[in-house]
Amino acid sequence: MKGQHALVTGGSRGIGKAICLELARQGVNVAVNYSGNKEKAEDVAKECQSFGVDALAIQGNVADSASVQAMVKSVIETFGSLEILVNNAGITRDTLIMRMKEEDFDAVIDTNLKGVFNCAKAVSRQMMKQRYGRIINISSVVGVLGNAGQANYVASKAGVIGLTKSLARELANRNIRANAIAPGFIETEMTDDLPAETKEELLKQIPLAALGKPEDVAKVVSFLASDAASYMTGQTLHVDGGMVMP
Amino acid sequence: MATINERITKIVSERLGVDETEVKKEATFKEDLGADSLDVVELVMELEDEFDLEISDEDAEKIATVGDVIEYIERHQ
Repeated sequence: MKGQHALVTGGSRGIGKAICLELARQGVNVAVNYSGNKEKAEDVAKECQSFGVDALAIQGNVADSASVQAMVKSVIETFGSLEILVNNAGITRDTLIMRMKEEDFDAVIDTNLKGVFNCAKAVSRQMMKQRYGRIINISSVVGVLGNAGQANYVASKAGVIGLTKSLARELANRNIRANAIAPGFIETEMTDDLPAETKEELLKQIPLAALGKPEDVAKVVSFLASDAASYMTGQTLHVDGGMVMP
Repeated sequence: MATINERITKIVSERLGVDETEVKKEATFKEDLGADSLDVVELVMELEDEFDLEISDEDAEKIATVGDVIEYIERHQ
């Protein structure tokens, strides 16, 4: 993967940050996308550069197709090529379905699901021309299991798995692979927000009896992006301490 | 400056890996030139770049032969 170029959405913190750093460690040049937190994204880009690769922070709202097109254009112009796309950007608006507002549902679907579509579409032209591309979409364990209080998030993450399969089938004969990762309960700001009792309940469901770290997910992203996974496409890998055993 | 015809012939021949002599006006992309649906999409995108125009999905679906492309480009230039 050394010398390749990656765009990681939602790269300023949490799992996205770990993905940027892991790819950089493997010699991949990284574009760190952020929507609001410029400073943190620039810090991540600097940290990537310490591995001797090119890295930049780039603003873009994945839910907005025009914003995504401009971002992808700019990344390709800067890097000259784009081999790896990691769709990681995601938000939550948790509440029980009876209390969930339409805008809560739409916002989560727009970022988590349409965002993957927007970004995959925007890079597909370049990757088709290159006859080379690796798309890795971050889904979630709850996209497989369902979860009370997360109807919007669960729907978006289940959607990502289906979208990944379609991308895989459509683009396979252009040597573009698309796979998903369904992380379990990973220690990030997003999961910090969960109520204590939810966390306790979740821990009971994890055979490995521990929370995951962002790096655990990042290493699997790196695997899927590498030629070690060259015969895999359309798959969802579960990085969840054994919560889901499909 | 190459004619529209020549430019299209070159793109089609390069994109589909066929000899320029095979790129006749009556040749169909799918049957005669062996293009699959992705090839056609790629071809359309490349033509858009080359001639700086946008071909709608609706119009793109109607394109079956090399002649269709030439006619389309000539009409929209």
